[in-house]
Amino acid sequence: MDLTQLTIREAHEGLKQKTFSSVELTRAFLERIDALDSKIRAYLTVVPELALQQAEAADRAILEGRIGPLTGIPLSIKDLICTQGIRTSCASKILEHFVPPYNATVIEKLHGAHAVILGKVNMDEFAMGSSTEHSAFQVTRNPWNLSCIPGGSSGGSAAAVAADLCLGSLGSDTGGSIRQPASHCGVVGLKPTYGRVSRYGLVAFASSLDQIGPLAKSVWDTAALLSVIAGHDPKDSTSAPEPVPDYIGNLDRDIKGLRIGIVREYGAEKGMDPDVAASVGAAVETLTALGAVIVDVSLPHTAYAVQSYYVIAPAEACSNLARYDGVKYGFRADGADSLMDMYRTTRSQGFGKEVQRRILLGTFALSSGYYDAYYRKASQVRTLIRNDFIEAFRRCDLLVGPVAPTPAFPIGAHIGDPLTMYLNDIFTISANLAGIPGMSVPCGFSKEGLPIGLQLLGPHFSEPILLQVANRFEKETGFHRIKPKME
Amino acid sequence: MSLTSETVLHVAQLARLELGDGDISTFARQMADILDYVDQLNRLDTTGIEPTFHVLPITNVFRDDTPASHLEREQALANAPDRDEGCFLVPIVVG
Repeated sequence: MDLTQLTIREAHEGLKQKTFSSVELTRAFLERIDALDSKIRAYLTVVPELALQQAEAADRAILEGRIGPLTGIPLSIKDLICTQGIRTSCASKILEHFVPPYNATVIEKLHGAHAVILGKVNMDEFAMGSSTEHSAFQVTRNPWNLSCIPGGSSGGSAAAVAADLCLGSLGSDTGGSIRQPASHCGVVGLKPTYGRVSRYGLVAFASSLDQIGPLAKSVWDTAALLSVIAGHDPKDSTSAPEPVPDYIGNLDRDIKGLRIGIVREYGAEKGMDPDVAASVGAAVETLTALGAVIVDVSLPHTAYAVQSYYVIAPAEACSNLARYDGVKYGFRADGADSLMDMYRTTRSQGFGKEVQRRILLGTFALSSGYYDAYYRKASQVRTLIRNDFIEAFRRCDLLVGPVAPTPAFPIGAHIGDPLTMYLNDIFTISANLAGIPGMSVPCGFSKEGLPIGLQLLGPHFSEPILLQVANRFEKETGFHRIKPKME
Repeated sequence: MSLTSETVLHVAQLARLELGDGDISTFARQMADILDYVDQLNRLDTTGIEPTFHVLPITNVFRDDTPASHLEREQALANAPDRDEGCFLVPIVVG
């Protein structure tokens, strides 16, 4: 039996029945990473010794009869979530050698659940990108076609899950960075409600939009990961006090009578790939056959979401990234003869071009004379986008539609054209602006054999409904069981 | 809109970035493209609309002022690019 082909749920059963140990499971993944990751290039750092120590601890817990859904389960972590003693680079030269002195709250929670951390995975530098090409270190390949991008910014997480280089992963989503790579790599990805998961120890990109979430091979696995990482955290004053529901226990409920909204404006979007439109259309038919009621809804300000986002996110980013000054941690440029000179040379040599572009944009939007025209205006439009969702959710329980307008594109296709790259996020970005949860679940393939994801969006804290519908859809269709051929 | 090199250089100065000559023209062009696109927001009348800066109804969060664990000096300095006598070291500030 090849243990790396299991889901978290199957591995959990095997560990519980003592068919294999966490050490055996972890070794299988370390060997597969050794054999295969030179092709995929998902991992920036692998920690075999630490992983095996954690696996041994998990095996002891299991022997004592203490086993939860993540006990002994090998995972990967996007390299912008702080891991004490393990390098956390944000795929940036400016943090290339940064070793955090503390753990993010989600990492503490994974440790508490006796999960196993295999290593840290690639991303667009500081999560700014939709292709993982903006990593300062390496380009991650899509396991379904090695000449295509895996999506981004959590491209390392999605590729590692799709290539069976881990059983699940934690990523982050600021404008689609979990859902879009999940869609492009044919895995399940969930961006929780803003505040559902603590951001303490998540390196900040845009603080009012960022959210940590899981990527995994199935909906059950995704629910298991969310169950462990969700909840209020006194260390994050923006984390929500709402109690955490039983995500797993809710999965098998029937979806008969649930009202599913189809967004009129999404259908009118130019540049939609016909294979994506066909797969999403077929998914809607499947959900109808399962008893869901389809409702036509409108999000009138859809056409302004990307514009609003590309003011707000860079504005927040330029403030957050002001801390990288070469003083307390991270890269410092040599040869500066004054403090000001050191700031400038450090930041110019340490940040990649996309990050510099967004810092410049954000600084411009916040600068004297432009604040009202850009930042304030974009924040007002954000209110309109939020109100659109509130209005839509009066008429339906959730929305379904595409995740991205096209399947994964070839490496290098949009690298010189930032605006075209930004338009990739057109269906995902509004969820971050409104703070609502969103999910991608595999719903088909393009003619070229690239995976396509179905997006589910719901009101604040509606993760149980999203997971329930995704689970029913997954059971009915089984797309998640189709694997990339990588030999 | 078009963005002059002077504007890009001014913004770069505010952001503490040092741009090469080639970068200035590329950034000016790319930023102008993006800002042209962003300017579509002006098609919407937002008079009287409150801006959204934060999506959840959470305001000032307080906690008791009780001592808790903190980083030891050595941990805090462990990632420092340069240090001396338990302090972060930077280039000379006042000549």
